[in-house]
Amino acid sequence: MQPSVAVPISVDPEKSWVLPNRGIVGMWCLITAEAAIFLIFIVAYVYYLGKNLSGPTPSEVLELPIFGTICLLSSSLTVHAAVVALRKGNVRRCALALALTVALGAIFLLTTAKEWHHLIYEAGLTIRTNLFGTTYYSLVGLHATHVIVGLLLLTAALLFSLSGRVTEEHAERLEVLSLYWHFVDAVWVIVFLVVYVIGR
Amino acid sequence: MANATTTLEAIDLNSPAARPPRASVIYEWLTTVDHKKIGLMYIVYALLFLVVAGAQALVMRIQLAVPNNHFVSPQVFNRLFTMHGTTMIFFVAVPVLFGFGNYLIPLMIGARDMAFPRLNAFSFWLSAFGGFLLYLSYIAGNGLYGAGSAPDVGWFAYAPLTAKVFSPGHSTDYWTLSVLLSGIGTTGTAINIVATAFCMRCKGMTLTRMPLFVWLYLVASCMVFVVVSPLSAAQIMLCLDRYLGSHFFDTQAGGSAVLWMHFFWIFGHPEVYILILPTFAFMNEIIPVFSRKAIFGYPAMVAASVGIGFVSLSVWAHHMFTVGMGPAGNTFFVFATMVVSVPTGIKMFNWLATIWGGKVIYQVPMMFAVGFLFQFLMAGLTGIMLSAAPFDWQLSASYFVVAHFHYVIVGGILFSLFAAFYYWYPKMTGRMMSERLGKWHFWLFIIGFHITFDFMHIPGLLGMPRRVYTYEAGRGWEVWNLIVGIGAIIQTIATLIFVYNLIYSYFRGKIAGPDPWDAWTLEWATASPPQPYNFAVEPTITSRRPLWDLKHPEDPDSSYE
Amino acid sequence: MNYFQLKTRLTVQIPANLLTAALKGFLVLSAQALLAGSPTNIFDPAATPARSIFGLSMLVLSVTLAIFLIVGGLLLYALIRFRHRSSDSGHEPAQIYGSNQIELSWTVIPILIVVMLFLSTTRVIWQTEAAPKPASAVDVTVIGHQFWWEYRYPKLGVVTANELHIPISNPQKPSPAFLEMSSADVAHSFWIPRLAGKTDLIPNRVNTMWIDPPVAGLYLGQCAQYCGTQHAKMLLRVYAESPENFTAWVKQQQQPANSDLSGNPLAEEGRAIFLRNACTSCHTVSGTSATGRFGPDLTHLASRDTIASGPIENTPQNLRKWIDDPNIMKPGSLMPSMHLNDHDLDAITAYLAMLH
Repeated sequence: MQPSVAVPISVDPEKSWVLPNRGIVGMWCLITAEAAIFLIFIVAYVYYLGKNLSGPTPSEVLELPIFGTICLLSSSLTVHAAVVALRKGNVRRCALALALTVALGAIFLLTTAKEWHHLIYEAGLTIRTNLFGTTYYSLVGLHATHVIVGLLLLTAALLFSLSGRVTEEHAERLEVLSLYWHFVDAVWVIVFLVVYVIGR
Repeated sequence: MANATTTLEAIDLNSPAARPPRASVIYEWLTTVDHKKIGLMYIVYALLFLVVAGAQALVMRIQLAVPNNHFVSPQVFNRLFTMHGTTMIFFVAVPVLFGFGNYLIPLMIGARDMAFPRLNAFSFWLSAFGGFLLYLSYIAGNGLYGAGSAPDVGWFAYAPLTAKVFSPGHSTDYWTLSVLLSGIGTTGTAINIVATAFCMRCKGMTLTRMPLFVWLYLVASCMVFVVVSPLSAAQIMLCLDRYLGSHFFDTQAGGSAVLWMHFFWIFGHPEVYILILPTFAFMNEIIPVFSRKAIFGYPAMVAASVGIGFVSLSVWAHHMFTVGMGPAGNTFFVFATMVVSVPTGIKMFNWLATIWGGKVIYQVPMMFAVGFLFQFLMAGLTGIMLSAAPFDWQLSASYFVVAHFHYVIVGGILFSLFAAFYYWYPKMTGRMMSERLGKWHFWLFIIGFHITFDFMHIPGLLGMPRRVYTYEAGRGWEVWNLIVGIGAIIQTIATLIFVYNLIYSYFRGKIAGPDPWDAWTLEWATASPPQPYNFAVEPTITSRRPLWDLKHPEDPDSSYE
Repeated sequence: MNYFQLKTRLTVQIPANLLTAALKGFLVLSAQALLAGSPTNIFDPAATPARSIFGLSMLVLSVTLAIFLIVGGLLLYALIRFRHRSSDSGHEPAQIYGSNQIELSWTVIPILIVVMLFLSTTRVIWQTEAAPKPASAVDVTVIGHQFWWEYRYPKLGVVTANELHIPISNPQKPSPAFLEMSSADVAHSFWIPRLAGKTDLIPNRVNTMWIDPPVAGLYLGQCAQYCGTQHAKMLLRVYAESPENFTAWVKQQQQPANSDLSGNPLAEEGRAIFLRNACTSCHTVSGTSATGRFGPDLTHLASRDTIASGPIENTPQNLRKWIDDPNIMKPGSLMPSMHLNDHDLDAITAYLAMLH
């Protein structure tokens, strides 16, 4: 094997070699994997509908969490605004939008906590009460866990942008994070439909 | 410039520098994010567990050599088969295959490292911890105040046997958590492989010029996302059942045992395709080089691999033909399982056509590849037998199935792995493995393999179920079990020869140089072992076999593609 | 028939049929020769479900054998014919990248084989699983336990354990046994290879299967789904009997437990010890105060050939050893040792040995 061989190959110098951004590709892969986990919990939820041997049923104890849902879905708009702002180099506006996102997400969590408090202490539904309790708390709880993780990451981004460490060149990374947040919101849409609309 | 010339120049052929001090070497390995070192760690880790799980198999075969034997108690035996299966799948097969992928994929696409080096290291250490946790159960399985006991629920841990009431103590939890962690690690590596394949290819390497090796790992990794998550979800549900009193698989509260089976096999069947696709990857590189011909039908091979990836997601309930899904359900899964044999068969034929008209060189990697071809053919055919549901009603959960899947995993995957070891060991260490020891390894192993696994089909046909710690005399099973045990001993000896060869060749093997096999993909354009940065100058390529083009400038592949 | 059709028939169809028939015959003969003598041989069917499976399996085996011979043969040929020889010129061989026609043909032919196998398989699935139940069928409810089998005949009022008795089924006037199966604890599987394929017993689920052996005899099998420590010794014994013998057996099983123990004072003492010990919390002896359901029904224990679900012969010595400490003969069995003294053991054994 010769150390150096030059083979004349005519390569068009204008044709650029552009490959996808690895953060975006990686995040889509993660989203696929997480979607598969959620799908299994949703399948379990749907499979066990109507199969309780005893205990409260969905229609007896569930109420539509409209306010929390509006907050969570709006936070998708605000995080998108944050990315757009950072793309334009407007770090202040980005920080503001991030703060709004975190706030809206936190409100959503609080409404979930309030709902669970009511279910456990007033309606008598826990994870071990019956099949509905099992599948409800695990599905909504899994989603809430993902919201918490997302909020932690968004708060970190917010703190970095407030301390002046974030610049326009981080816009693509923020977009990767926002992709995760959009996924979390999309999952909530499905959970909402399955649990609170169809399942009741 | 109007006429740019591109080169594969500036390959550093100098051997590595003098040995640094020991402590800094250990620190370097513990904190490395270099894909080559991580790949090697995966491989060595897997080899250690291969030896452990192999020893477990040997003990089981001794117990089963004669009826009503008392070599081990039923409790110990049940832990042995659980640990053997769990270890082999999650802590041998997955790490070794992803270790090879880690090492070779960046080299084959002309990149400097994987897309996410730190995620790479994190995934390895997480998986490694999972293996440690599984074996910790031997000491800690009953918690702080009980004695140790490893899990004994079988590697697929059917509900409700895994419920707290039927499996008290913590042994089952060690199974659940170790596999869960290893699954997260595998998902991390899969994310890395997909991002690397899509985003890190060198100039000129379009997806249609990517080595088939990388294509197969790409498909396998995409499958990992869709497939490991159902298992993780099911294991979370199992933990909730066991500790928070939920009722996912609690049949006394209306839960369903069959639901666990569905979730497990939605993972479990595609998992074995995730294991076989990298195996095909090795064959796609080795068979052409040793037949001195390009792979026959590259586009069909890509299409078949993607097809296998998709169809294999729909066949899972052929593990559940006896569960009572009803004739309609059974019929669907018969159809899907038989369909997946078509793209798999296409791959066999393409390999046959690659060899046809070539000039086959029988060095050790090719010998193992030939073993693979015949054995995978047979394994696929016994798979067809099992896909015919009524036949499966007899054969399922019997030794016929055990023989079938060991034929695939040992006769197929392990043989292909041995070929990969002999083929890429020179690249990874700079030295050739001993051809003489390799031939001893091959012949002993293939004889032992056939003695064990050919004859293992027969007790299954005679009604012997699996997972039994002993059996009744007078059913015609005795002589076959004895023969199977003898083959196991022969394979053990062969494996020890292999391990010795690995160690011996590291110190005394012939110096290999960058391209000992006269091969055609980019990894052979680096030093052996490669420099940490792999390529001094990012290569630009114009065909599927860049080194063929360099060696045959009068007849490059690029004029045919 | 024109010339072309005749040519095809002579050169393709007839040889193919002959080849398939020859392979099938070879397989049947060698299978039976190789595996003769085993009472659990799936290729020695003794009932309709097993027979349908046997027919399908012979078809599948001959097709796969043919594929193996052809593909394996081509592979072997290529590996020998095209090997590198030292006399070679040193040039690389012609590089061939693909061929659309060849690749199409080896896609289409496997698809055709798959279609054929699929249709044959589907027919047997529906034949077996969707078979109608004749009015003269015997209904048995089978419940799996860790590590024994409970059999209830709901229309006959019989409850027994571990040994299933069914009448033989005359092909002209079938009287198959229809089994409804579930489990009281974990998943098990009912497998008698000579009678039928296996069907799982799963808690909170009812599966059904049927068997119709025309020949009287004892058919063996065992649990085929790992269910815990003693999965290996959860054996199956199916006694297919002539209609008269079956009726006699049913009559005997319908009686309450033998209460005439006069002439055997040890057995009378044994009954008293049995009834005041914890035995009654797990076992039923009908006609007494023992109504436990966790363990096997012992009403007619002495009429069985084996104890502990098959692995132990039912003799007084074995019975005594078993009661003394079940975990010696079947470690991991859920029956605890009752720690009885020698005299009590003798008495209880004597009593149980009288429960015909």
